[in-house]
Amino acid sequence: MTPVLQLNGIVKRFGGFAALRGVDLEVRAGEIHALMGENGAGKSTLIKVMTGVHAPDEGTIRLGGLGISPQSPREAEAAGISTVYQEVNLLPNLSVAENILLGRQPMLGPFIRHGEVKRRARAALQRLGLDIDVTRTLGEFPVAVRQMAAIARALDVRAKVLILDEPTSSLDAKEVDELLTVMRGLRDGGMGIVFVSHFLDQIYSATDRITVLRDGGYIGTWDTASLPRLDLIGQMLGKPVVTVTGETVAEAHHSPPPATGIPLLSLQNLAREKSAGPLNFDIAPGSLTGLAGLLGSGRTESARMLFGIDPATSGKITLAGKPARLRTPREAVRHGLAFCSEDRKAEGLFPDLSVRENIVLALQASRGALRRISRKEQDALAEQFIASLNIKTRGPETPAGLLSGGNQQKVLLARWLALQPKLLILDEPTRGIDIGAKGEIETLLRSLRDKGLAVVFISAELEEVVRLCDQVVVLRDRHQEAVLQGPAISMDAILRVVAAAA
Amino acid sequence: MNLLRHRWLLPMATAVILTALWLGAGMRYDNLLSVRVFSNLLGNNAVIGVAAVGMTFVLLAGGIDLSVGAVVAFTSIFIASQMRGGMGASAVMAAALAIGTVFGALQGLMIQGYRLPAFLVTLGGMFLMRGLAFMVSEESIAITSPLYSALQERGIPLAAGVQLPLTAVLFLGVIALGALVAHGTRFGRNVYALGGSEPSALLMGLPVARVRVAVYALSGFCAALAGAALTVQSGAGNATNSQGLELEAISAAVIGGTLLSGGRGYIVGTLLGVLVAGLIRTVINFAGNVPAAWQSIAVGGLLLAFILLQKLIARRAPV
Amino acid sequence: MAFPTSSPSSVPGALKTLLWPLAALLLLLAFNAVTSDFFLHVEMRDGRLYGTLIDILNQGAKVMILAVGMTLVIATGGVDLSVGSVMAIAGALAAVLAADAHAGLWLILPACLGLAAVLGSVNGWLVSGLKLQPIIATLILMVTGRGAAKLLTGNDISPVRTITFDFPPLRFLGSGHVLGVPFSIVLVALIFGLTVLIFRRTALGLFLEATGNNETAARFAGLPAARVKVLAYAWCGLCAGLAGLVETGNLGACDPEQTGQMMELDAIFAVVAGGTVLTGGRFSLAGSILGALLIQTLTHTLLAHQVRPTVMPVYKAVVILALCLLHSPKFRAQLARLRPRRAAAGI
Repeated sequence: MTPVLQLNGIVKRFGGFAALRGVDLEVRAGEIHALMGENGAGKSTLIKVMTGVHAPDEGTIRLGGLGISPQSPREAEAAGISTVYQEVNLLPNLSVAENILLGRQPMLGPFIRHGEVKRRARAALQRLGLDIDVTRTLGEFPVAVRQMAAIARALDVRAKVLILDEPTSSLDAKEVDELLTVMRGLRDGGMGIVFVSHFLDQIYSATDRITVLRDGGYIGTWDTASLPRLDLIGQMLGKPVVTVTGETVAEAHHSPPPATGIPLLSLQNLAREKSAGPLNFDIAPGSLTGLAGLLGSGRTESARMLFGIDPATSGKITLAGKPARLRTPREAVRHGLAFCSEDRKAEGLFPDLSVRENIVLALQASRGALRRISRKEQDALAEQFIASLNIKTRGPETPAGLLSGGNQQKVLLARWLALQPKLLILDEPTRGIDIGAKGEIETLLRSLRDKGLAVVFISAELEEVVRLCDQVVVLRDRHQEAVLQGPAISMDAILRVVAAAA
Repeated sequence: MNLLRHRWLLPMATAVILTALWLGAGMRYDNLLSVRVFSNLLGNNAVIGVAAVGMTFVLLAGGIDLSVGAVVAFTSIFIASQMRGGMGASAVMAAALAIGTVFGALQGLMIQGYRLPAFLVTLGGMFLMRGLAFMVSEESIAITSPLYSALQERGIPLAAGVQLPLTAVLFLGVIALGALVAHGTRFGRNVYALGGSEPSALLMGLPVARVRVAVYALSGFCAALAGAALTVQSGAGNATNSQGLELEAISAAVIGGTLLSGGRGYIVGTLLGVLVAGLIRTVINFAGNVPAAWQSIAVGGLLLAFILLQKLIARRAPV
Repeated sequence: MAFPTSSPSSVPGALKTLLWPLAALLLLLAFNAVTSDFFLHVEMRDGRLYGTLIDILNQGAKVMILAVGMTLVIATGGVDLSVGSVMAIAGALAAVLAADAHAGLWLILPACLGLAAVLGSVNGWLVSGLKLQPIIATLILMVTGRGAAKLLTGNDISPVRTITFDFPPLRFLGSGHVLGVPFSIVLVALIFGLTVLIFRRTALGLFLEATGNNETAARFAGLPAARVKVLAYAWCGLCAGLAGLVETGNLGACDPEQTGQMMELDAIFAVVAGGTVLTGGRFSLAGSILGALLIQTLTHTLLAHQVRPTVMPVYKAVVILALCLLHSPKFRAQLARLRPRRAAAGI
């Protein structure tokens, strides 16, 4: 088979940092090609190079044998490379038809032929097996339909290569099946498809070949059929599957489930309409509770509900034996809860404020504005946490935005630890940080647990959950499916629950 | 379909208010429901209306232009002074329109090219143009031109002794043309796309930078056209003209259903918005004993009400 | 200076922020000192200080007062376009109370400042409660405020009326002297000191900066972000009210059409020139005072060089647009790219 898209030795640097270091990728006509790698491996940078968002510093891109160098998404699209992004990048304020044909509407002189726009949009969607009113506003439709509209838009330009960047992360199982069917149909029609997904099942059921990236480097390309799952994971992680702290999964031991005493937190049918729950479980002081499930299973939504960001609409929370209502983050903090969001940049960090100020803010907020923490006390707190969490910063007065991801995460942890909370909720605290910092955070969580702090821990990495947690709440489709405790926790057990209905 | 989600909800609400206001006031004041009042309403609000069409495009694209009132004033004094200096009417008009357009485009370039906040750039632009207007002349300059007298007398006869002034015809023409551009051309749709989501528009390969600059250029052009209409209407140019006109234009667009966050709205809605505000002023005039200051308060109140209604819709609409 | 203006922590940072406006101010003062013999001359006459520098301080009082409040609002990432209208409302209320109701200062001061603060907090509520864009939220008051001021002063005979009054205590606010120093300058020092006390001696300033830097993170950290924002707008309203009283007191009259006209840009200019970034976050009150002095000195310089007051906005606009460009990272990058080229040419 002939390669339709060929990338050779792509290098992309941002400042001193090389996001891509000589990456190759060959996509054939009529194949679905998986692009795999952990967060930070360089997948999204590579996609941006292919779509003309970033110009590569070195390397060549050949499309159908001819060298191209797209300078913008528009040029890439004109050349024949179309992209459907994870968060569908269409316009919810315009009609479905316009979204499919925007920028290349059929014209009559200076005017758009609206009838023709509708006809072509309808035809494009019908090719994907979708029959909807294309004059309705896109925003009225669910994500799956928007996804299809995005693909229809790509089809309308007669794309030779279609890049799908995590298109399945917010779809339900049925919608995923429909999407995979559409992808196979397009492949059989001769299109080259680059498919990015975290879900191994989808990779193995839909793709023909797999290219793996790690740390911005090219690891290799394999036929999907000849690459066992465990080998794929090994290639992505770069080593046999052992834990970052050195122990293997089998060695991980769990403290026995807390036997007696009032639980710190008890949830009864806690739910938020169309978002999360109902949740039913207890959290003991000095325990680590994991929320496990696939992306989109409601892990983050559950955490946000618990912390009062998107407060529960029904059910009960009992805190240390007393009923409590957590309707805002402020109320949650007042009750001794703390929450580190998965989106550090958007929801956690104050990049312009100093490390010291970032650390003292939550404590200051809980004391109230009028009782200003003295400068001496602030300095002491900052120094204490910089030392105890091993935060690498030039000093406490450095703007927090200048720190590396792992150290920013530690600053946020310090902010909450300064409050001495009773329950700490961590949403993917180890995402996007280097492996050394990961290990440090795991060790820290263990020592916090041993000091009596209750922790709720969310991670996409199942091994991490299994290794760390005393109790695992398994979620699926925004529902609580099982609560595993102590020795009952294992990868297998969790996967069985997750996979049960899928 | 849920009424709150209906695309035409806001303009329809405006139309209802307009009709109710007109009928209600018409029952109270005899002559209000006349062709003459209607014709005057269109004529008296032509300057605001023409500028408001440009403003609507800016708002649809998710921007704001605070300079339009000052551009109107500058254009009026520029035209008057150049005509006094002996330049031909059509040459002066063309020059004035070109200045307004280029000025708008420059503002757009600063906003687009240097990522500066639109309100600040155009607030600066407002000061600049207002000052330049005074630089041209501190005093009002009357225009004495046979062409102008002809323009002022002309009109489309509507009824016995009533004719629609040319400025009103211009206003309606600009509305029609604006609606056509907004709905029927690629540029128009790109404006909506830009206002809907700039990152999406970029990833869809739309010429975002050009569209944004063009939108401010268009607003500058419309403001200059409004200034030219003002000279015809008043027969003079004055640097103090049209203080706060930008606010009236924004109010008209919003009352007409244009979302301030961009991406939604209709040019025809702006026509309705201009008429609602103008009618309030007319009714206050008819009432006689009501202080004129109530007009700005009433318009401000309506503005607030419509912004709140927009919020309500935004909350109900699916994300 | 009596009070530290930035949290003492970032003293080097604060100094760096102040460096540019201070340098620009000194440059402008030096230019004036060279071109005018009397510029630096200050003398005591009849127990009062006289001189061009005193005039600049005195006439700049309104902008300085406005800039103090505007700084807080801009720190939250917002902006208040209604300060001119609030000035007019406060001025009109004061004039009416003094001229028609013959009320004492004990009533006028709390009534006017209270009303201004309430109007400001309405702005704040629209922004933080209803989540309106700050420009739009404050635009509403900008539109209606002047109308309201006209209603206050107007009567059946003349709907738009300038109210004059002969009430010495009110006049004192704008034109009195204390120990030879114009009272408006004393008021600036008072409001500045009070603001520093409220926002820097407590953690409110830090809360403002956090909210402006990342509002979501602020809420998630348990900060009362909404209340902090309302407070900033309310304080800005109060400052605008005080500026309105100073102007009205100075003129001994209130013209609702003219009071505070076009003042909002001067205030924003002062804040931006003083180093507070329009996107919110870190703020510098002392910087804003310097910025206000800068704009007043510029005004004075232009007047001294026979620029008509009506044409003044042209120059102000050019300076503010240039200043905005200097804030733009892209423009700085372009400048930086020019520099090495020049250096290379030099070699």
